[in-house]
Amino acid sequence: MDFSFTEEQNMIRDSLSRLIKDQYDWETRNKVLASESGWRPEMWAQFAELGILMAPFSEEDGGLGGNAVDVMVVMEEFGKGLVVEPYVPSVVLGGGFLKHAGSTAQKENFLAPMMGGEVVLAFAYAEPTSRFNLNDVTTTARANGSNYVLNGQKSVVLGAPWATHLIVSARTSGDRFDDNGISLFIVPKDAAGISTRDYPTMDGYRASEVYFENVEVSGDDMIGAEGSALPLIEKVCDEGIAAISAEACGAMEIANADTLDYARQRKQFNVPIASFQVLQHRMVDMFIEHQQSMSMTYQVTLRLEEDEATRKKAASAAKVQIGNSGRFIGQAATQIHGGMGVTDELRLGHYFKRLTLIDTQFGNVDYHLRRYANIAEGVVKAAAE
Amino acid sequence: MNLDFSPEDIAFREEVRTFIEENYPEDIKGKHREELTKEQFLSWHQILGKKGWSVPSWPTQYGGTGWTPTQKYIWSEENARADTIMPLPFAVSMVGPVIYTFGSQEHKDKFLPGIVDGTTWWCQGFSEPGAGSDLAGLKTTAVRDGDEWVINGQKTWTTLGQHADWGFFLCRTNPDVKKQEGISFILVKMDTPGVEVRPIIMTDGGHEVNEVWLTDVRVPVDNLVGEENKGWTYAKFLLAHERTGIAGVARSKRGIERLREIASTEYDNGKPLIENPDFAEKISKLEIDLTALEFTELRGLAAVAAGKPPGPESSLLKIKGTEVQQRLTELTIEAVGNYAAPYFRGFPEEGGNRFPIGPDYAHHALPEYLNMRKTSIYGGSNEIQRNIIAKAVLGL
Repeated sequence: MDFSFTEEQNMIRDSLSRLIKDQYDWETRNKVLASESGWRPEMWAQFAELGILMAPFSEEDGGLGGNAVDVMVVMEEFGKGLVVEPYVPSVVLGGGFLKHAGSTAQKENFLAPMMGGEVVLAFAYAEPTSRFNLNDVTTTARANGSNYVLNGQKSVVLGAPWATHLIVSARTSGDRFDDNGISLFIVPKDAAGISTRDYPTMDGYRASEVYFENVEVSGDDMIGAEGSALPLIEKVCDEGIAAISAEACGAMEIANADTLDYARQRKQFNVPIASFQVLQHRMVDMFIEHQQSMSMTYQVTLRLEEDEATRKKAASAAKVQIGNSGRFIGQAATQIHGGMGVTDELRLGHYFKRLTLIDTQFGNVDYHLRRYANIAEGVVKAAAE
Repeated sequence: MNLDFSPEDIAFREEVRTFIEENYPEDIKGKHREELTKEQFLSWHQILGKKGWSVPSWPTQYGGTGWTPTQKYIWSEENARADTIMPLPFAVSMVGPVIYTFGSQEHKDKFLPGIVDGTTWWCQGFSEPGAGSDLAGLKTTAVRDGDEWVINGQKTWTTLGQHADWGFFLCRTNPDVKKQEGISFILVKMDTPGVEVRPIIMTDGGHEVNEVWLTDVRVPVDNLVGEENKGWTYAKFLLAHERTGIAGVARSKRGIERLREIASTEYDNGKPLIENPDFAEKISKLEIDLTALEFTELRGLAAVAAGKPPGPESSLLKIKGTEVQQRLTELTIEAVGNYAAPYFRGFPEEGGNRFPIGPDYAHHALPEYLNMRKTSIYGGSNEIQRNIIAKAVLGL
């Protein structure tokens, strides 16, 4: 057992932290978020230059030979700075699919340029009625010779407005909830028949509703084998959970630190409110929640390569922890900030918004508690039989 | 960063597991603490003493094993797996470290061997009727008279003091200074005239704790550990030691396994209770909390192994560890249902091996639940632990 970081990982943390501090200050961030595009492609290019877009990929694939721990390091810093550039959509999810299942040609055409920052990916999977269920897919991909024709709607596709390509889940066979029959395609966003409605999200990102109307894709653009994409989607989403868990930890750290500072400065009844035991204990509980979330982030990150049941339990456990802790910290931090906590002016509210929406990303506490219980109970049953 | 066990660790686990299987005493297997005699309590401790494994965390020169944090983790996992009754903390984790850290050479020679080999039973004389969370407010006095200390006062919540050969007591030796600065750490032989141990019966019906009355108890001046009036420092040191093991992760893991077994046996609406999704989710939530605690402990162990001192974050382990332990007993009662009610103190009778009514696992469910309420109260209550974190970690 080893909980230490490599020299490379420490270097990534230091240089990324410096870059965000220098070029991602609060004022600049707000200006960018309010701009029409909502992000800075030149920032993305700097991330590429820093090597973080290629960090978690094998040297064989043209990466730096890192792993999920490198992603954890990056995402914690992104969480501290509330960085909106699409690391999870493009690198963790998009890159994840290509890494695990991409053909040589796909890696060459999409993964390499993604690592360079020229190709930006987004993962279109959720649908208006699918909620968090990855097997609930109604978008269809009908075979047409060696091509496929996509029809359907994908909802709240994070990072889609900035993406050059979309990875889309679609049904090549089976009924709405079938585990089998789901396939993945990579398509240029400007392909004929794709239209989008782009919008900002409450936590500062950009997302799209994406409509597919008779979109013709080549069979060469299918990722992995036909009809058997669900296990791959589950795996990559679990990797996404690990990434946003780390992001949440970074956001919690700032929310806690800001709250502590504020409670020290703010005086009522002629004393700093930090001197009240009831607030001290709440801030201790916030500290504990952050620590437990860190632990769960390590836990899921280090178990991503385990067998399927272990990995799913690890991811669901982390998501339950992060969801509950994020809500507790966000609400308590807002409460201790008093009226200031509900203003747009303080950065705290923006951390609260991100923590709140992290709970819904890839399934909320209820969804993952149920998923965990189903697996745990299944293991108990299997052992009994 | 990885969770892999090295081939050495895997071999170590095998060695430990085999040793426990081959050496854990038959007559205490599966027994509840309540049912043990003093000799039975000490038997596993004594076997470990012979093997050289009774005080793993001590420096090797005093009998420690020099195990890595991973090996200690494996050690506690394997003991939990086999449901062993481990050496009590009072000697091994409390007075022992105080003696080898602050005691004289004579103290080390006289007392450490009995702790290592499990022949001396130690009890703790800290709390008083008027000094609980405000421990430094204690009133028991020790007054110097020639070559002796004369001790007067009353201690309470003395766990298993009825079996003790020796006790370590906090006594006021200077009433005229700040309360923390007038306390000394004194060792008292429990059969000294003037020491009286009176039982306290708790809500679970058990006799686990006692009052200890001290009336003109005379002990040699040499029984003072370290410096006079420095006892508070030693007590704080000792309580920090007490907290590190208090998370009880491996035991709670085993407890959740047992809870799942019970929930698979009990019926609800004609189906195993474990198939009731509400109850299954309660167990899962508890297991998730325990996983977080486990990784927090592992992170702490890794930090210590990297040369960082155990910080006040160990208060976190105490808070979360006891919450998990208590929740576990709470869910066990829920799982047991109606058979939580029958009361069978004294059963099974001598020679018998079955309780007269209901499943065997049901009989300890409620007493355990009641008993475990102590965990958030003792060792510095969980509220005191929050004060410690507020002060030492948050700087408030």
